[in-house]
Parts: sequence; structure tokens; C-alpha cells
Amino acid sequence: MAILDVRNLVVDIPTEDGAVHAVQDVSFTVNEGEFFGIVGESGSGKSVLVQSVMGLIPQSKRTGQVLFQGEDLLTLSPEALRQKRGAKISMIFQDPLSSLHPQYTVGWQIVEQIRAHERVSKEAAKARAIELLEKVRIPDAAARFDAYPHQFSGGMRQRVMIAMSLSLNPALIIADEPTTALDSTVQAQILDLLAEMRQDFGATVLMISHDLGILSRVADRVMVMYGGRKLESGASDSVLGNPAHPYTAGLLRSSSFNRAPGTPLIPIAGRPPSLLSPPSGCVFRDRCPNAMDICSEAPPLQRYDDGTESLCWLTVPPVEPPAPELPPAEIIASSDDTIVEVEHLTLTFPQRRGDDRTVLDDISLSVRRGETLGLVGESGCGKTTLARAIAGLIPPTRGVIRFDGEDTAGLTGAEWRQMRRKVQVVFQDPFGSLNPKRRVGSIIGDPFRIHRVASGEARLARVQELMEIVGLNPEHYNRFPSQFSGGQRQRIGIARAIALNPELVILDEPVSALDVSIQAQVLNLLDELQRELGLTYLFISHDLAVVRHVCDRIAVMDGGRIIELGRAETVYGAPQQAFTKKLLSAAAPEIPRVERERQLVSASGGAL
Amino acid sequence: MIRYVLSRIGFGALVLFLLSVFVFVLFYVSPSDPARIIAGDKATEALMAQIRVNLGLDKPMIQQYFMFLGNLLQGDLGFSYRSNLPVWDLLVRRIPVTMSLVFGAVLVWLAIGIPIGIGSAKHPGTLRDRVGQGFAIIGISFPTFVLGMIALYVLYFLPTKMGVTLFPPSGYIPLGDNPAQWAWHLVLPWLTLALVIAAVYARLTRGQMLDVLGQDYIRTARAKGLTERRVTYVHAFRSAMPPLVTQLGIDIGMLLGGVIVIEQVFGLPGVGSLAVTSVAMQDRPVVIAIVLLGGLFVVLSNLIVDTLYALLDSRVRTARK
Amino acid sequence: MSVFSKDTKLITTPGYAAQKVADIQAKSSAQLTLARLLRDPASVISAIVIVLIALFAICAPLIAQWTGHGPAEQFRETGLSAAGIPVGPNGEFLLGTDQLGRDVLVRLAYGARVSLVVGVIASLIASAIGVIIGATAGFFGGWVDTLLSRIIDLVMSVPFLLVAIALVAVLGPSLGLSIVVIVFFSWAGLARVIRGQVLAIREREYIEAARSLGESRLSMMFRDVLPNLVVPIIVYTTLGIPAAVVFEATLSFLGLGIVPPTPSWGNMLADAANGSMYMVAPWMVLVPGLALLALTLAFNLLGDGLRDALDPTSSKGNKA
Repeated sequence: MAILDVRNLVVDIPTEDGAVHAVQDVSFTVNEGEFFGIVGESGSGKSVLVQSVMGLIPQSKRTGQVLFQGEDLLTLSPEALRQKRGAKISMIFQDPLSSLHPQYTVGWQIVEQIRAHERVSKEAAKARAIELLEKVRIPDAAARFDAYPHQFSGGMRQRVMIAMSLSLNPALIIADEPTTALDSTVQAQILDLLAEMRQDFGATVLMISHDLGILSRVADRVMVMYGGRKLESGASDSVLGNPAHPYTAGLLRSSSFNRAPGTPLIPIAGRPPSLLSPPSGCVFRDRCPNAMDICSEAPPLQRYDDGTESLCWLTVPPVEPPAPELPPAEIIASSDDTIVEVEHLTLTFPQRRGDDRTVLDDISLSVRRGETLGLVGESGCGKTTLARAIAGLIPPTRGVIRFDGEDTAGLTGAEWRQMRRKVQVVFQDPFGSLNPKRRVGSIIGDPFRIHRVASGEARLARVQELMEIVGLNPEHYNRFPSQFSGGQRQRIGIARAIALNPELVILDEPVSALDVSIQAQVLNLLDELQRELGLTYLFISHDLAVVRHVCDRIAVMDGGRIIELGRAETVYGAPQQAFTKKLLSAAAPEIPRVERERQLVSASGGAL
Repeated sequence: MIRYVLSRIGFGALVLFLLSVFVFVLFYVSPSDPARIIAGDKATEALMAQIRVNLGLDKPMIQQYFMFLGNLLQGDLGFSYRSNLPVWDLLVRRIPVTMSLVFGAVLVWLAIGIPIGIGSAKHPGTLRDRVGQGFAIIGISFPTFVLGMIALYVLYFLPTKMGVTLFPPSGYIPLGDNPAQWAWHLVLPWLTLALVIAAVYARLTRGQMLDVLGQDYIRTARAKGLTERRVTYVHAFRSAMPPLVTQLGIDIGMLLGGVIVIEQVFGLPGVGSLAVTSVAMQDRPVVIAIVLLGGLFVVLSNLIVDTLYALLDSRVRTARK
Repeated sequence: MSVFSKDTKLITTPGYAAQKVADIQAKSSAQLTLARLLRDPASVISAIVIVLIALFAICAPLIAQWTGHGPAEQFRETGLSAAGIPVGPNGEFLLGTDQLGRDVLVRLAYGARVSLVVGVIASLIASAIGVIIGATAGFFGGWVDTLLSRIIDLVMSVPFLLVAIALVAVLGPSLGLSIVVIVFFSWAGLARVIRGQVLAIREREYIEAARSLGESRLSMMFRDVLPNLVVPIIVYTTLGIPAAVVFEATLSFLGLGIVPPTPSWGNMLADAANGSMYMVAPWMVLVPGLALLALTLAFNLLGDGLRDALDPTSSKGNKA
């Protein structure tokens, strides 16, 4: 039986620049007791959909029907809807730190929710809150009742959020990217907890995620959203294992966890459409490898015999476009040609109170010329600090870093500046690493200016050449970073990094802020540049799938130490350390392919 | 926490010390001669010399300063050059006037400014917001003494001329003598002072509330099914409070200076008007005492605010346990 | 992920933002700012008011010539009634006279000069000092920061009006001293803001990026830090002008600013307050008082408009 039945939902949000058509004509049902997943990239409208339905975006204009247990949520009075929120439908959000009020204790916040809907005494509510905290396995729950959110770790905070969402035994739990802000091992624990609670409480879960791997693991049925539209829905193993829509297929091809190492990712070209003026016809048309002439007309919703629905003109399975051709590698890495050698590197930060904090603990490592060395670990393991130390941006407390055989500790100011030409860094945050007040041409030209390589016309020519290489329009040199999308900004950062033909490029989480289809574009660009320019990469990431996909060797870090180092296949296939095993088991597995013919049952809508 | 408060106290003491040095040196280099002021224009040179000896003015500057500081620490503020009364007595008579003005105005401006700010933030871009913000920007731009004079003219002079007494003329009735009269005489000064500062609070509250209302935890509060009233006051306003408290501390501290013009306009015999007359008459001990009193007021209110701020923030509070 | 809040009017999703910015031609930010500013009627009117007041001040001698009344000239015959009461606005004295029979209109024009000169000069100097001190503290950090921050705290803990009147009383009032006093008590606010901003910018990745390219510190300061501070500097300087104008008027009102008979709006108001003269001659308050209000209001509105135009993401009236 359907607990939630959404029919022809349209959500428009008025803005200064006109209405954002965030959700367009979306229909789906969530059945009682199931785990329903909504997957989509940024701007797909998935969060707006649930939040506007719950009345959390008051200025949104909604039409259609959203039947929850037979009642239309869109026509309920604000007060009636309020009584549903938290009691019948509860929500869990992405970032548990910012989603809990910083000035109240977690116990207080749970009690508040109980007492907002039920007339119970404070003591009874408190007893229930402690029971809930125990249920989600907060150790020492009674004592932690009086702790503030900042006194919990990220995973524990999300447990508190889950406890709170369960406090009134809701029929439906909406989880909006509940694990995105967490480390992968914690992610797995939270997902398990969510599944377990669903069993215990008999609740229905609607989970929103950008992560196909996660949804394929937990969801019974999924819906794929793009550009405000539902493009595909159905049982999760058949949608993700045998996609009917080219977009779903494209997403799977650009996900590194889902591609065998060595096979290149096949990115979806282009960028998502503007929700201000969505294209007529199919929203995915511009980026679709299967696009046909008819796609300029609104596609029909086609139903197949296995329950899959696809908003597409295509009636045959989407074809896989050819993989991009890669040039042969310039350098073959070998163990006797190292570019960086790190010996017994230790780094401690003095602290105002208490002992010094050791961030890096006796690290020895060598980077071979031409290879891609992956550095993986969870947040706070010291991987970024290690990269900065190797880049020469933080002096080590003890130990030696040799670059091209030369000890970097003894460098003079001029020599240090000279070394800057050989080592470059690409930063994680494509928004933060480019000065918003400077034009892109002068940002990319910085290396030439600082090292007095070229100036004036010559510099501009080289900047434009670089923009061409990284796939940016060279005519856009006069624009500001804010005028580019996230993926394009990362390309600007890469152009700046390769300007002086460096030997080593340190990539600090270069794709983790990007959407999957954009990630694949950037990863392929990096691969191409490495082959053509003979670059050596030190690739830092928390994402094991990405690291495994692009790296020759992998170093696993934990608590400031390198606990395991070896060839990518070895570390992946036969991990030695317990932590590595834990990390691997938390990572998303490849989604099993389901090769099955499906029969078209009906098609509705289309070319309206 | 205690260490923090101690360091704030230390800083406050430093401020007061530097302030005392500053005013002392200022008057030391001043061309006016205290002996002449005390003895009057017709005094003989011998009498003036005698006065200088009595006051210790013949001693070197450093020595004079430490004499002054020593007396100060014993609570001895000296005697007025003009009236020969102890400075302390002069101040004690006037402090209640100024405090009545200050704290009454604080209550009025909080009661006006914060609701306007919250109302604006809850409905940004609406007519209500525009009116509130229009009030705020005009209030911020209005010099208090201009507003005060216009208020007196419109609400006191014109009605009185027409035979209706809405408000009394200037003056002060002690609270102990007649509370109703006390309040009646202070209504116009309170409103004048409060309207101008309420505007600042309306803007600050609005900005803070808009910031907070955009936070994720406000969305959580709504998702929990709390009433909008509870979301606004218990969740949002709670977080918007600390910056308001800081601003309040700064404003109360600075108010001792700010009331000078109000006391002038409304003819209130407070510390501010004493400051103006003493400055005009070069009455050095009184001016020094008032400046230091003003400094003490700033330091104390900052201290209270800093402590309150730390107590209001769970992160600071728990980190220093 | 896009963040939605109840009151965020402008909702941005990366895809839509990218599309939107791609549509925008690579206009210079100055052009964009101007365009946004011109769309805000309050800013446009404020700018016009400011220009008019400035013209009025510049033309003060012409007005004196046209009326035939000097700024300090007393017209005891025509400008005062038989009982010695100032005359109200009439054909000869468009805005009436004051207690000495002087022409309020002419004095208003000359007074505008004082207000504008003091306001603009004091605010510019205070901003310059504030930026230098704040940026130095924020960028160098360490003991330099500790020292400068303490000095900023110190200046901000001084009861400034009390100290100002003590200072002026001893040294004697003058235009120059008024400016010095105003500057001394005004720079600290901006210095604190700038210091905070620089500290925040120093943590940004683009600073780290510049460092990893081998950029020198000084060059980083000018290329990467200061351009990001243009918005608070412009806004703060604009909002500093009305504050300085009121400060000067207050000093003059207390008899500690511009020395009579030179007119300033503050001492015109002081004349009005003296002996409650304005009860019988309300124009003596209304004329300079409303002029003062118009000038400060215009600058405050313009400052708000500038902030919104320069930094559209900031919510209106975020900082009071």
C-alpha cells in the first residue's frame, strides 16, 4: 500500500531572476515499509521536492497532489501540516552539526520534539529520550543526555538526529543525504543503523542521495531525478543494474566505484540545464549520447513490465558511447627513479593547553617519477598535512624530505622559490582556491608573473593555450571565477598548476566537491595531462573508489601514520591491516549488472 | 572562564590607568592656571602661590600624578575649584539623574528595537519590513539633540501654548520623592534617546535573525513540527542574542558620554551637564573625575557583557569548565 | 547541495548558477555595481540629495551675494522684531533669522561646508588609518596583532565624547582639532572589521595557492587580500561620513567645535537651544536640524545601497 503518493507535482520557487522550476511534473509512490531512494546531482530538485512538500520552503509555489496516508499535504493548513511534521513524518538532514541547535543539549532537543506533539511530563519525555539514545547506541546515554552537539563526533551526532527522528514513531522518515558529511566507515554504520531502525520501528524510509553506490546498497526502489524531472524509477537492482534511461546509464559509467580499474570513466559531457529556463523537450537532450531529433519534444513516460518507468523516447537499452582515447604514457614509473623521498617525517603542532599534538608520526614514503600515488584516509588522519609538508608549505618538525635527491630543509629563499616551479598543488575546494576578485586570465597567469617567465601579450597567449588544454574556452580569460561552474573552476586550478611544467602535482581531494558526471570529466582530464606531460601525481582522497581507479600505488593513512602501502590491486585485493579492511568494506561495491530484456507495457504523456 | 574574566578585569584596569594619565597630562599642559581659577581675577600673586603650594601644584608632574593617584585609590577625588565642594558630593547628587535616564532608555529601546527587528526578519521584503527598516534608517540618521528639541517643541511647547499640558518642562524629580513625577519628567528624554538607539537595534536584530533563520538547525526545528512562535523565539532568537548583548554592553558603556547632549537639551541636572559646565569653567578635578567615571562605566559594562557572552555560548561555557 | 532557508530570496543551485553566469557577459564589476545601484531608487535619490547639498555648500558665497547678507552679518533692524525676537521666513530672509538677526539661509549654506568638509575628510582619514592598522594586524599576526588589537580595544573602551570635550576644552576648539578628535575615535571600528576579514581571508585556499606558487607576502597582500576588502572599506567609509557629520555637529552644539561667529549646523542648533530660543523661533531648529537629517540620511541610505550593490549576497542591514 502506498504511504506517499505524489501526483504531477510541480514546484516553482520565485527568485529575483524569475521562477526556478525546481520540480516539474513528478509522480511517484512510496510503499508502506519500503526503503525508497531518490538519486540526483546538485540542482536536480531532489531536496527541494521533499522540503517544499513538507512546507519548509514557504515561498515555493506547488501544484499537484501529495497524498500522505490518503491526505493531501499540499492542501493541509500550515497548522495541520505542522502537526504531521516530526510526529508522522520526520526528517534527517545532511550535516548533523549544523542541523542541531548549538546552544541546547541534545536531550533537551529530543524532549522538545516529544513535547511538541504529545502531552507528557518532562520526566517521562526524558526517560523516552534516554531510551532512544540507547537504542541508537550512544554510549552512556543517560550522561550524554546533557551534552551539547559540539561535544559529539559527527557519527554520534547523526545518531542523535536519528534518535530524534524516531522519537514519535513516525510512519515516514525522510533522510536528506544523511551520510554525505561523514567518513566512509561511519557512513556504513549510519546506514546499517537506519536499516535496523526501519526494521524495529516498522517505518518507511525515503532517502535522498547523490551517491548511487549507497542507494544501490540500501534502497528497495529508486527514482532518478535530473533538471527537476523524474527520469527513471523502479526497483533499485533493475534501475541501477540495467538502466533504461541514458542518464542513469551515464551516471553509472562516470562513477569510479562502478568501473573496473584501468577502464576509463565515460563522463557525461556538458553541464546540467538551468532551472530558470529549462529546455523544452527532454531536459537531458543536450548531454545525451542517444539523443535523437524527436527529443526536442517532451518525452513520454514509458512503463516496462518489471515496473521500471523511464521518461525517454528511447525504447531500446541505451548504448554505451566509446571510451575516450588516451595517449600513451610519457613515462613508465619504476621503483628506482623517485622524485620525492620522505624519511621519518614527524610533524607536531604546539597546543595552547596540554601536550603537543602529533599530526604526522614517523612517515617514510617515496614517490616514483610518472606514477600516481594515492593517499587515502579518513578526515583528520593527516593526509592533507603530509601533502602540504611535501609541497614545502609546512616545515617538518623532524625528518627529511628530499626532492629530486635534494634535502628541502637546507633550501635558501631563492631555491625554495625555484622549487615552487617543480611542485604544484591543486586544491579541493574549487570555490575557495580561486580569488573571487581576480580575473581568470590573471589567476592562470600568476605562475608566469611570479616566476617572471612571460608578461604582456606573451603571457596572455600562454594563458589561453593552457585554457585550451584543460578544456576551457580561451575567450573567457576576462571573466571572474564566480562566472564558472564548479567543474570549470577545478579546470582553472589545474591550468594554474600545470603552467610551469611541474614535475610533481599534488592533488588534494580534487574531485570531492564535484558531481559524479563532472568528477569523471576532471579525472579523465587529469589522466590525459599526466600521460601527455609526464606528470607525477600525489593524489589525496577519502574516496577509495576514486583512488583505486586512478592510482598506481596506494598509501593508507590512519592517525598520522602510513599503515599500509602497496600497489593498488594489492591493497584493494589483499589488504593486510584491519583498518584497511574496514575502509574497504565500507566502500560502495560495484553494482551487479542485471542483463534482462524488458517489455514496454505502456507509454503516456509525451509531446504535449 | 575565571581566567578569562580576570584577564578582562586586568585590561579594564589598564584602560582606566591610561585614561587617568591622559587626562592628567592633558590638564597639566593646559595653559589655564588653577590658582587663578580658584582665587579669582583679583587675587594677589602671593595668595595664588599659597594655593599652588596647598594643592601641590609646585611639585614635578610625576609626583603630582602619584599624589593624585594615591588620593584616587583612597576614594578621594579632591575638591571642585569652583564651588570648593568635594567632587564626590557633586557626583553623588547627579549620578541618580543620569542612571535614571540611561536605564530607562535602555528598556525603552530594547522594547522598541528588538520586536521591530524580529518582525522585519520574519517577513523580509514585505511592507512591514520596509516600514520597520525605514524607521530604523531615519532613527540612525537623527542626531539626538535635534530630535530632542523637535520633540520638546512639538510635544511640550505647542500643546502648552494651546493650554494643554502633555509633558512637563525640563527638570528632574527624584524617584524617591514622587515616582510618577519622576517618570513623567523623563518620558521625553527616554523616548528621544531610545528612538535613535532602537533604530540601531532594529537593524542589528534583523540582520542577526536573518542570518540565524537561514541556518540548518532552524530547518530542523520546523521539521520537528514546532510552532512558528517557538521556532522564532526559542530557537532563532536564542542564537541571535549574543551579538545583541555585546552591542548592548558597548552602547550602555558609551551612554554616559551620549547623555551629555540629552541632558543639555532637556535641562536634566545629570553627570553630563556637570561635565559641560565643568569643562567650560576649567574645573579640573571635576572633569577628571567625570572622565574616569565614564571610563569605569565602559569598563564595567564591557566586563559584564563579556562574561554574559561567554555564559550564553555553550561552546565557550563547556570548553572552559 | 543547495541550501534553502525560509527567507533566502535568491536561491542558487550550482547548475542554475553556472548557466546564469554563463549568460552574463564578462562585465566589469564596477559596471555591474553601478547598474544595481541605479536600480535602487533610494540610492539614486540619496546621491542626488548629496550632490545638491554639496552644490549648496559650494555656492555659499553666491547665495550670500544674491541675498546681500554675509554669514555673520547682523540685521538688527530688519531681522529682529521690536521685542528682539528673530523674524520667521519672509521675502527678505527666506528661512528666517536667528537671535542676532543673521540670515539663516546664508548661514546654512556656509554651515554645509563645515559639515561636508569635516564629514568627508574625517571619514577618509579614519578609514585609511583603520585599513592600515587592521590589515597589518590581521596579516602579520603574532605579537603585532596582539599589540594592535589591544590598542583597538583600548580606543574603543574610551568614553569618547567625554574625552573629546575634555580635550577640546583644554586645547581650544578649532576645525582642525575637531577633525583630529573625530578621526581618533572613529578608525578603530573599521580596523577591527578589516582585521577580522584579513584573518578570515588568510585561511582561504587561494592564499595557500598563492603561497605554493611562491608569491611574496607583500604581493599577496595587494593582489589577494586587499581587493577582497574593497566592499567593507567603501561601505564603511560612506557610513563613516554621517557619523562624523553628527559628531562634529555635537561638538559644535556643545560649543566645542567651530568657533562662532563662523556658522556650522551644530552651533546654529546650539544658538537655537540657548535660552530655549527655538520655542519662539522654531525655524532655528528645523532648518539646520532637517538639513543635518537630510545629509546623514542620504549618506546612510547610499551606504546601504552600496553594500547591497557591491555584495548582493549580504542580507540587507546585516551590520548596523
